[in-house]
Amino acid sequence: MIEIRDLHKSYQMGSNSLHVLKGINFKAEEGELVAIMGSSGSGKSTLLNILGMLDEADTGDYILDGVKIEKLSETKAARYRNKFLGFVFQSFNLINYKTAMENVALPLYYQKVSRKDRETKALKYLEQVGLKEWANHLPSELSGGQKQRVAIARAMAAEPKVLLADEPTGALDSTTSYEVMDLIQQINDQGNTILVVTHEEDIAHMCKRIIHLRDGVIVEDKKIDQVRASEYVQ
Amino acid sequence: MFSRDTWREIFITLRKNKLRTFLSGFTVSLGILIFITLYGMGNGLINTFDEFFSQDATNVLYVFPGRTTMPYKGYKSNRTIEFDNTDLEDIKKNFPMFLEHLSPRIFRSALVKYKEESNNYTTIGVDWGQQFAEKTIMMKGRYLNQMDVEDKTRNAVIGRLVEIDLFGTENAIGKYIDVGGSVFKVIGVFQDDGGDNEERQIYIPYTTRQLIEKNTDEIGQIVVQFKPELGYTGAMALERNLERYMKDKKFIHPDDRNAIFIRNVTDNLKQNQDFAGVLQMIVTIVAFGTIIAGIIGISNIMVFVVKERTKEIGIRKAIGATPRSVINTILLESVFITTVSGFVGMLIGIGLLRSLGDSLADDYFITNPYISTGVAVFATVLLIVFGAIAGYVPARRAARIKPIVALRDE
Repeated sequence: MIEIRDLHKSYQMGSNSLHVLKGINFKAEEGELVAIMGSSGSGKSTLLNILGMLDEADTGDYILDGVKIEKLSETKAARYRNKFLGFVFQSFNLINYKTAMENVALPLYYQKVSRKDRETKALKYLEQVGLKEWANHLPSELSGGQKQRVAIARAMAAEPKVLLADEPTGALDSTTSYEVMDLIQQINDQGNTILVVTHEEDIAHMCKRIIHLRDGVIVEDKKIDQVRASEYVQ
Repeated sequence: MFSRDTWREIFITLRKNKLRTFLSGFTVSLGILIFITLYGMGNGLINTFDEFFSQDATNVLYVFPGRTTMPYKGYKSNRTIEFDNTDLEDIKKNFPMFLEHLSPRIFRSALVKYKEESNNYTTIGVDWGQQFAEKTIMMKGRYLNQMDVEDKTRNAVIGRLVEIDLFGTENAIGKYIDVGGSVFKVIGVFQDDGGDNEERQIYIPYTTRQLIEKNTDEIGQIVVQFKPELGYTGAMALERNLERYMKDKKFIHPDDRNAIFIRNVTDNLKQNQDFAGVLQMIVTIVAFGTIIAGIIGISNIMVFVVKERTKEIGIRKAIGATPRSVINTILLESVFITTVSGFVGMLIGIGLLRSLGDSLADDYFITNPYISTGVAVFATVLLIVFGAIAGYVPARRAARIKPIVALRDE
């Protein structure tokens, strides 16, 4: 599903160049749930942003679902993002003046889905994350965990090939974190490919594979026995 | 670009961000409102101005006799100059191509009586062509005609207020009045925009006046109405030639400035027109300054709006908004607000001018303030177009921001 070969990325910090990714190689098959770990500054967020086409690599190949991603115009990148990728951010990034349902329906708006279908679909995904009754609430009326679940519903609404989660539990307490991970595991169980960036060991162990990044290179890549989050959720 | 969905999305955004919508709309409305009010008031000022100076015909020279101040050709100075009938004939003979009408004006004050009523009025002995020089408007009856002048009839044309003073509600036409001891028949009543004074005058044939005064041929002033085709330069040339001719005829030193005085309305008119033109120019500059201030206002709001929405734009881009759709959304929003509020401001402004009407005429010299629909619409469209251009620049920049950068914006 995802394949990257010899990926390099550096940032220009004034006169210094900061080499963040120094040759990353990895492959993720369909249906995998991969945790990308590393301390801050290890390059894990940069890697995720490149995978999410929010940022561009300097050199190296990136193949997503058989399509080589390179030299994207803004318009094309937007279209690919809309078609292939769903995002979940640490700070939720919901549009604050839109209701939960409108937020979930927004990716479908950019897919030119009709309004009625958008609403039906948005409600379906809200139901899946257990927030159907909150459909007409604004983000400000939701708790952190609820916001993140709305964000996950929004990411799923476009039916992406890959779900990218950047510290999805970073702003949540542990109980809520496990609820969110439970949801992510359920989505993964349905066969969706998911990449989770995290620096929390317990969250990483709820995935099926852990990739350790240090100073811009992969130092460890191992399959693990998944810990089910539902064990911690009442 | 103009699908119903796009509009729905825009309406939702506008409705959910009421303060922002209100502030941008208010700026635009206010800008247009001020522009229209200002421009309309300016036009009102010019109207007042025009009214002041357009009471008499403009193709007229007034020739006044005076006193000499220099000895010339054996004549002593301090000699009184008088015009008589031969001067009329000679001017007619020498300047035939330039003239339309020529009329003397003999001013005499007289006690005028009708039945029990009496009052002092100014009578003016004139030729029949004087009607056109004074722009005298007949309310009823007729003005003096050529026959009256040739036959020295005792017919009089009285002002509107003379009729009211002497006749009250009675109709003056056909009645006889006593003018300084002579009986005249009222053949017409006139009105004049020049004010109450002019409506308390009585016109009689100048020949009759001369007959009453022991058949003299003295004529007071001469009013020369020239052909309007002469234009400004022609009028000035006629004035110079006429002065030279009259001075020569009356043995006046060419440099004597007091013996004959010619008042040229064209000269005044030109000055007045120049003045009105400058007034118009100032009003236009100020008004368009307001529009430019409005455009700058919108630009600032747009920059602010885009800045405020940077994160939202980042989110939208992350979930699949193309740069074009970002620009479209921002632009359509701004054009929609400017259009609606621009035209609202325009209608309020026009309504305001209408409702003002002449209420400011007496105290502020603003008569009938108005703005032509063309100018109003032009200014509004100008504001909309430049508002859109002003919005496009930050919108395009916003659309170009990498979503990753935009998302980091807090």
